[in-house]
Amino acid sequence: MERPRPILRPEGPIVVETVGLNVHYGSFHALREVSAAFAANHITALIGPSGCGKSTYLRCFNRMNDLIEGARVSGQVLLEGEDVNTPETDVVELRRRVGMVFQAPNPFPMSIFDNIAYGPRLQGVREHSRLEEIVERSLRAAALWDEVKDKLRQTAIALSGGQQQRMCIARALAVEPEILLMDEPCSALDPTATFHIEELMLELKQRYTIIIVTHNMYQASRVSDYTGFFLLGELIEYDRTEKIFEGPADPRTDDYIRGRFG
Amino acid sequence: MTALGESQLLTPSADRGRSRARGLHRAKLVEKLAFAGLWLAAAVTVLPVLLILAIMTAKGARALTWTFLSSVQEGIFPAVVGTVLLVGLTTVIAAPLGVMAAIYLSEYARPGPAVRLIRLAIVNLAGVPSVVYGLFGLALFVTLLHFGRSLLAGACTLALLVLPLVISASEEALRQVPRGLREGSLALGATRLQTVRKIVLPNALPGILTGLILAIGRAAGETAPILFTAAFYALSSPFPKSLLSPVLALPYQIYVMATEVPNVPPEHKWGAALVLVLVVLGLNLVAIVLRTRMRAKRRW
Repeated sequence: MERPRPILRPEGPIVVETVGLNVHYGSFHALREVSAAFAANHITALIGPSGCGKSTYLRCFNRMNDLIEGARVSGQVLLEGEDVNTPETDVVELRRRVGMVFQAPNPFPMSIFDNIAYGPRLQGVREHSRLEEIVERSLRAAALWDEVKDKLRQTAIALSGGQQQRMCIARALAVEPEILLMDEPCSALDPTATFHIEELMLELKQRYTIIIVTHNMYQASRVSDYTGFFLLGELIEYDRTEKIFEGPADPRTDDYIRGRFG
Repeated sequence: MTALGESQLLTPSADRGRSRARGLHRAKLVEKLAFAGLWLAAAVTVLPVLLILAIMTAKGARALTWTFLSSVQEGIFPAVVGTVLLVGLTTVIAAPLGVMAAIYLSEYARPGPAVRLIRLAIVNLAGVPSVVYGLFGLALFVTLLHFGRSLLAGACTLALLVLPLVISASEEALRQVPRGLREGSLALGATRLQTVRKIVLPNALPGILTGLILAIGRAAGETAPILFTAAFYALSSPFPKSLLSPVLALPYQIYVMATEVPNVPPEHKWGAALVLVLVVLGLNLVAIVLRTRMRAKRRW
């Protein structure tokens, strides 16, 4: 048995942490004994080569792995101290508290307004003025309001890729989550759109805790406060972003950020 | 090694060039022949459709008068009404059942022996000859459930016949809805059912409708399943009074006119057949148009 790695506990309040988290896909051990704590109102980046388990890890926080055939998750995910990885957990409620933005923008084929109002309507908000208020607030928070305020009734499919992704962020914000998970949110976007999203993330961390999976190490170093490096399903190193990028403790982290593999 | 090198050296290059040219020539010829053969095969499949339409139009078009279509005693009006009723009721039974089964299979079921069994049943159901459906309907609906020879028994039998069609078309349509949309909805705190109702089903609807219309076309043209369960030929009571009355139906009327009733003017037989074919083709055409429009509209 390996000895357990020391867990970095960021200063300040912790919103969510995992304790000894394992994920198996059938006989494949995708995530091994991952323990980490995440600081409120900070951005944490998860980096590592493809297939290292970082997306799998991200999907544990809102139980999206439940949807994957043959996936088994064991260990604890403590959201404000309470384990949400139990059969009794209300997954619907959990997903309202932990929002997610996906790799490819996934606007619903309906109007921009209906996209943003989707979550609030699920929660029973019917009053139109209230919905209008939520839509405007969410689009403003996602820095998209000025671009779309005159075409809220038009289909969201017609937006550009970058706008679609910001709309998806707005849609996630509309249910007022505590945590925002972002799974390579810029991988389908051009540099300008990526820049917009990064600016937006720095803006959003005032109010939300953000955990982002990214392939782009520059992005991780630009936006994140903490960085976790995954390799073959293990969290190899987790520390302040400057520490990871300027003097990582583990040689494998050093190899990866210097582009020697992955 | 050396021997091979030598033999290559000894082969005059001009000769090699010529033989390659010959090879190319042959390849082109084979390509042409293959193309001709494939084209012919494709053409042969079109030909019968055109021939059927041409022959029936030639022989039956004269019969297509307003009297023929609308008269109870001298025309096929009761049969048209009967077929519409049969097909309508079939749809009412098969559509919800089929779509719900497809939703279960596509959105809820986890792979396992149960699902394998269901799929096996659907495949086999699709392969059962229609006359077997007829006999099964006679045994179950007509006799055991005491529906008698009736509209209801016929529609139930036809519904069983088209169910596999409806299920596979609906499942296919549901599968076409991108996974990202489902995940997006669930990640916003929607339940599985809410996701199905608000996201999956609306986006699969055109595909489901297309499948339904094709199924209706199939049901409209079938004879064997209604032969023992619903159809009769008696102009004394041309229209069914209830769900439990027998009905006249186009395919059955054609069968009767062709085999049992003497002195039916030939153009009447052809005319009735033409009407049936036009109804089925028309339905298929609607399905095709719907599918094309849906494809043009869909841009995820």
